[in-house]
Amino acid sequence: MMLAVEWFWLDWPWWADTVVRLIFAIVVVLLPAGVTVYLYLFKMVSFMQSRLGPMEAGPYGSMQLLAEVGKNLQKEDIFPAKADRRVFALAPYVVLLSTFLLAVVIPFGPQATFINLDTGVFFALAVSSVSVVGVIMAGWASASKYSLLGGLRAAGQLIAYELPLILAVVGVVIQAGTLNLQGIVTAQTEGEIFGFGGLGNPYFFTQFIGFFIFLVAVQAELTQVPFDMPIAESELVSGYMTEYSGFRFLMFFIGEFATANIFAFLGATLFLGGWQVPPFVHDLLGVDANWQYFNLIGPGVMLAKMLLLTFVVYWVRFTFPRFREDQLQKFAWKFLIPLSLLNIAVTGAFKVWL
Amino acid sequence: MTAISDRRQLAYIAAQAADARVNVELEAEGMTLNIGPQHPATHGTLRIVARLDGEQVVEANPVMGYMHRGYEKLAEVRTYPQVTALINRIDWLGSFANEVPFILACEQLMGIEAPPRAQHIRTILFEMARIANITLFLGDMGVQLGAVTPIFYAFRDREHILNQIESATGGRFHPNFDRIGGLKDDLPAGWIEETKRSLREIHKFCDQMDDLIIGNEIFQARTRNIGVIPPDVALSYGLSGPNLRASGVDWDLRRDSPAGLAYDQVDWRVWTHPDGDSFARYWVRLQETRESCKIVEQLLDSIPAGPIMAKVPRIIKVPEGEAFVETENPLGVMGYYVVSQGGLEPFRVKIRSASFSNMSISPWLLKGAYVPDVITILASLYFILGDIDR
Repeated sequence: MMLAVEWFWLDWPWWADTVVRLIFAIVVVLLPAGVTVYLYLFKMVSFMQSRLGPMEAGPYGSMQLLAEVGKNLQKEDIFPAKADRRVFALAPYVVLLSTFLLAVVIPFGPQATFINLDTGVFFALAVSSVSVVGVIMAGWASASKYSLLGGLRAAGQLIAYELPLILAVVGVVIQAGTLNLQGIVTAQTEGEIFGFGGLGNPYFFTQFIGFFIFLVAVQAELTQVPFDMPIAESELVSGYMTEYSGFRFLMFFIGEFATANIFAFLGATLFLGGWQVPPFVHDLLGVDANWQYFNLIGPGVMLAKMLLLTFVVYWVRFTFPRFREDQLQKFAWKFLIPLSLLNIAVTGAFKVWL
Repeated sequence: MTAISDRRQLAYIAAQAADARVNVELEAEGMTLNIGPQHPATHGTLRIVARLDGEQVVEANPVMGYMHRGYEKLAEVRTYPQVTALINRIDWLGSFANEVPFILACEQLMGIEAPPRAQHIRTILFEMARIANITLFLGDMGVQLGAVTPIFYAFRDREHILNQIESATGGRFHPNFDRIGGLKDDLPAGWIEETKRSLREIHKFCDQMDDLIIGNEIFQARTRNIGVIPPDVALSYGLSGPNLRASGVDWDLRRDSPAGLAYDQVDWRVWTHPDGDSFARYWVRLQETRESCKIVEQLLDSIPAGPIMAKVPRIIKVPEGEAFVETENPLGVMGYYVVSQGGLEPFRVKIRSASFSNMSISPWLLKGAYVPDVITILASLYFILGDIDR
């Protein structure tokens, strides 16, 4: 039988393989970013705020994002007079780099992965903190007091919320018994809830505390409301992004929303069963879990789960006021981290004794 | 001889000055943060020069006057009826309320009184201006604290009130409707029913803000015990309006001196809050909006019949004399001191605007606050730049 998706593991020369994977990486990062920015940032939020949102560019304003990109590309590339030019120019790329590196380990199907690392979770959480460097660079190099305040706040916040993020994921890792993201997806598909395997065992059932902490920490990592002290529009103008314009601002903008999606992809992989459909569908279709067409269906499933999680992100973002800096630090160190440690202890106890 | 010693002295002074400059430059602690005049939190062109230690404010001084338009001087070269067009722009969110004290002062000088129907409608429009003003504050406080959504609800529901003001006066923002001796026009047909409907929308909006903002734990954490003004300090700095009542001082000119307006004919109460913090200022304003709705609803049911204008000469000449009238405007007490020398134009108009006095407490209040709290405090004091700079 001829399989439409056989080319996924054809023996291509390394350069062709690399080019295809690179193109896919860009598609994986940019396409969902465009979708969520239009769907949620432009439209859903507008409806929440009893307005229409963009309506002019394209049918129902759907080309608005292209208009925004075009506008930003035309703008003058401004360097502040006292800026550290090289660092200033480099900072947005560092932020975007962390987004792309994060996307690399996420599986979208049985074979549809960029890299299948044995320590995928570890890698993902490690590279996600690279963006802190970019943020500090931007804040410092701008030679602006508002940027500096924003950059320092961002540094404090991102480091504080890195810990609950990692500790929340540790529960999943203990339960799955592997650091490999593909392995975590398999573990969720093969799992059972009280002997019922029809839904598999998506870890948001057993790791609901971890899931909650993960969502909160992601919100903070993305510096979205209620944790947007670093960019606080009403006091720091735009925080570390204040002095950026044109293409460089666009890079920050893409970085912000693409990272939201990639974290949602990661959350879907860790807690919602990843690219797999619930196992009862396997029985309905009469296929096994590694059916080759899952390489095509998987990205769609991931997109749906990602949209679900990003919906929560934007919903919270446009509902709450923001925490003050000391309040959000207290929330991380005095509430989230002890809670996640407790979660790890309980998970470990269940793993060992049950 | 003297020249040399002078030179020595000058050199010594120069050296001292250079030393001082170096000291200032080397000072590691402290940073001067210039908030404004172009800054999202100052909604206008207020400038605050804040000396920071980390994120804590050591010293903060407001610099006013970036939007000074010289209305006091301009009023001296305009005839009395023309002045209202100018002073509409002082507190631009509650424009009609600016006209009332000036007109009352002129009427006092001329010794005429508006007919009861005019006084009644004047009070209705006065309160509607207050609602239009305060609803925007209720949403804007959310924006300053990071919640973007409430301001859109505020704009949406304020529109109902502005539509009613427009259909009665012809001006959506700047009615210019009050005349010496009465009002320009009578109310249009069907206006009363329509207004009652829009007041119901405002009631709904207030309930929504109660849920969305007052009930929000983050909002409470951000505003409670932030920017506390004790009653004696509030009085000594000349605070007025909701800012004063939020400090627990029961003082409202609508109740205490309602001359020329119809407040004594309705049943309403003055809200105060004992805390004096930012939360109290928000809470008091929310309750006052509801109270204003009640006042307007009662007044709409009891508009007396009669003329809309008193007998006023066609060319208005105000006899020689002085008058000072103040009323309880949306932002606080607003007063006009009008001096006439008997001509067509006022000799001198002194405007006492509420925001200017309310802002004067900011150096005292901002000392020791954190940068995020500076924004909270400024937002909760609720100033309008036009009202500060005139």
